[in-house]
Amino acid sequence: MRSNAVELSEGRIGKFGEKYYAGRPQQVLLRNWLSFKSSAWIAVVSGFFEPVLYLLSFGYGIGELVGNISTPGGDISYAAYIAPGLLATSAMNGAMLDSTWNVFFKLNESRLYKAMLATSLGPLDVALGEIAWALMRGGIYATAFTAVIAGLGLVTSWWALLAIPAAIIVAFGFASFGMAITSFMKSHHQMNFFEIFLLPMFLFSGAFYPLTVFPGWAQAIIKALPLRQAIELVTRAMSGEFGINILVNFTYFMVMICVGLFFTTRRLNALFMK
Amino acid sequence: MSEKLIVARGLTKTYGDFIAVDGIDFDVAKGESFGFLGPNGAGKSTTMRIIGATSVRTSGTLTILGKDPEVHGPQIRAHLGVVPQQDNLDNELTVSENIFIYGRYFGLSSSFINRKIPELLEFAQLEEKKDTKVEALSGGMKRRLTIARSLVSEPDILMLDEPTTGLDPQARHILWDRLFRLKEQGVTLLITTHYMDEAEQLCDRLIVMDKGKIMAEDSPAQLIKDYSTKEVLEVRFGSDRNQEMVDVLRPLADRIEVLPDRILLYATDGEQLLEQITAKGIHPNTSLVRRSSLEDVFLRLTGRSLVE
Amino acid sequence: MMSANIRKVSRFGSFHVAEARIRNMLKWAGIILFAAVINPTLYLVSIGIGVGSLIDANNGVNGVSYLTFLAPALLASAAIQGSSDEVIFPVMDGFKWNRTFFGMRSTPLTARQISLGIFLAAMARAIVSIVIYWIVLYLFGALESDTAWLAMPAALLAGASMAAVMLALAAKIENENFFFTLVGRFIMIPMFLFSGTFYPLTQMPIFLQFFGWISPLWHATELGRYLTYDYPLSGLQLFTHLGVLSTMVAVGLFLSARVFAKRLEK
Repeated sequence: MRSNAVELSEGRIGKFGEKYYAGRPQQVLLRNWLSFKSSAWIAVVSGFFEPVLYLLSFGYGIGELVGNISTPGGDISYAAYIAPGLLATSAMNGAMLDSTWNVFFKLNESRLYKAMLATSLGPLDVALGEIAWALMRGGIYATAFTAVIAGLGLVTSWWALLAIPAAIIVAFGFASFGMAITSFMKSHHQMNFFEIFLLPMFLFSGAFYPLTVFPGWAQAIIKALPLRQAIELVTRAMSGEFGINILVNFTYFMVMICVGLFFTTRRLNALFMK
Repeated sequence: MSEKLIVARGLTKTYGDFIAVDGIDFDVAKGESFGFLGPNGAGKSTTMRIIGATSVRTSGTLTILGKDPEVHGPQIRAHLGVVPQQDNLDNELTVSENIFIYGRYFGLSSSFINRKIPELLEFAQLEEKKDTKVEALSGGMKRRLTIARSLVSEPDILMLDEPTTGLDPQARHILWDRLFRLKEQGVTLLITTHYMDEAEQLCDRLIVMDKGKIMAEDSPAQLIKDYSTKEVLEVRFGSDRNQEMVDVLRPLADRIEVLPDRILLYATDGEQLLEQITAKGIHPNTSLVRRSSLEDVFLRLTGRSLVE
Repeated sequence: MMSANIRKVSRFGSFHVAEARIRNMLKWAGIILFAAVINPTLYLVSIGIGVGSLIDANNGVNGVSYLTFLAPALLASAAIQGSSDEVIFPVMDGFKWNRTFFGMRSTPLTARQISLGIFLAAMARAIVSIVIYWIVLYLFGALESDTAWLAMPAALLAGASMAAVMLALAAKIENENFFFTLVGRFIMIPMFLFSGTFYPLTQMPIFLQFFGWISPLWHATELGRYLTYDYPLSGLQLFTHLGVLSTMVAVGLFLSARVFAKRLEK
């Protein structure tokens, strides 16, 4: 039996994105699975605990100081109030970690992508594979977190299950956008840009308190930022609030996903076809 | 002449104002072992990347197995095995997982790859390390694994960029032995190197490159014959006296090259030349007669040493 | 005659190591200062004012504004975080990434001096961050008592205790693959969340309070609260908090010197 590598690649001629896409992003997923199995699992599994710790610490500790929060849907406990925001934030953090530091490392330090692109794989295979991995991870985190909040009695309706697809959309947006920006980064120091941007976005997103404490202009800025959009998307999905508002949040992420994917593929191609 | 796998005409690559590859022409025939010899920065790696369809040429034409890399990049890469200058093995995976996943990148079936792995591990002499994480391997082992990995797709052309740079002498000899076996099996080899001994050992034919241009092209033996004498006498007088001895020695040799630490005298018979010199009452601190090498060819062509 | 002054090196070796580190930090001085100012501002405005508005509207905490309650905890937390980073990265760099410690070891410097030097440099940076942080807190009106300035040395002690322990731990790590992630997720974040930082420790169930007792952040926060507003501490409590933090410094430095010696002299 002979290798059929050449026949396989020739079969792609004339098909979608033949120069950039070999139709095999699942092999990049497989690679991540092999790495996960042998050692990366500890970093991945530990990521689940982060939002749970925040929920326990803030929900119960601060909850006792704060009392109940009044929302349009009636009074809810502080823990229930912050749960969707924490889920959205952890979806963002997980996706950003996978698509920024991990991608930077594979791009510049371990030269893993260089090895992948020396085969008949294309840059779009790599981008899709990495993003799919980030989404699977995000989906599992979201499922586990939803199970935890349900177990703690913090959900009131079945709509809460929509938190999972909502979190995956959020993760998709951040992963594709983060990867696009990472592909422009040249040094470790530039990577700190993400932290400089993410920390204030997190602190001011209103995950822990209503945005109304801030003046109108500040609220407008915060609402334009992706994390606020993410929190609104998850909160609205979980409470079954469907209308023009959730459509805006959804569209916001669709645009983020498309723009991110477009630039990532273009940049990876430029980086490796120097 | 047998089938030509690679044909390059006027191949040029510029980065802004910098001309990395400057209009070079060459052909590589099937089953041939073809070398690019030159110092760092000569344009060898850039040429390799263009052939590997991971860099786009600025101008000129290039066909690999009848295809243009600009149009059919993935199809050309499916024919190639690439061994880059710096290993890019997957450090988080084991030795056999590295081969496995690389085969999967080509789309090969698991059953095909799993049949291939023992054969490749044997070739790379890594059978006992198959479940070891790559991180724990020595430099020579990593290099052999990189080569084994590149063979998983049974490439028609194997491209090796500086295959033994950074390896100790023993590891180099093991690697050369492995490459010889591939050559015997009829794999076309493309090798860049700045080691003349490596070029002499491995290449049927080579081009000598400097500053993006081809200085000469032929078999190693023919290049030595054309651009050097049969033997070389190396003499040292100590750094202070080398320069003043040059004028005295110049009429005695066919050609003379002055390096910072020694003087090279080119002659058909080195021993005889040394006798002539001592007969004149000139006594170098040290002297050595050796056969001419590609190093001398390069020195003749460019006035510079290969390894600086 | 040019020769290294061996006696001078043997006495001040750790200062030379610290000096080299500080020179390196100066290259990033702009970023370090920016972070030192921006970080407290962000936390104070968002958590202090945002969450504070919810808490103060309810019943407040300890009889002071939430901002005042939170301020000493944030100060100690920043000192701990900053000092830990400033030992972990240089240690990874020194042993693995650039192997600079092995270069230092081939001079008359001893392993103990190298470890101490890294620690001292981290303390120098911590002092800068703490002073800036303290000024920001002051400007926000979060500091109430006359002894509030003593919160600075208390925070430094907290930073020192964590830095000393992390110095030993980081030096022990030969393979850093997941070290940063695990330190973040299993040490730094739980400590930040469960040390009575955002609400009194006593509000947690007793089995979770245990985390506070072993956390330098809790001990430092208690001290900080005592110093910045009229939060009562008994003499024994005061002694315990100071004692735990000082012991961590001493034990951490002792262990670091041993681990450094083992790795550099094997």
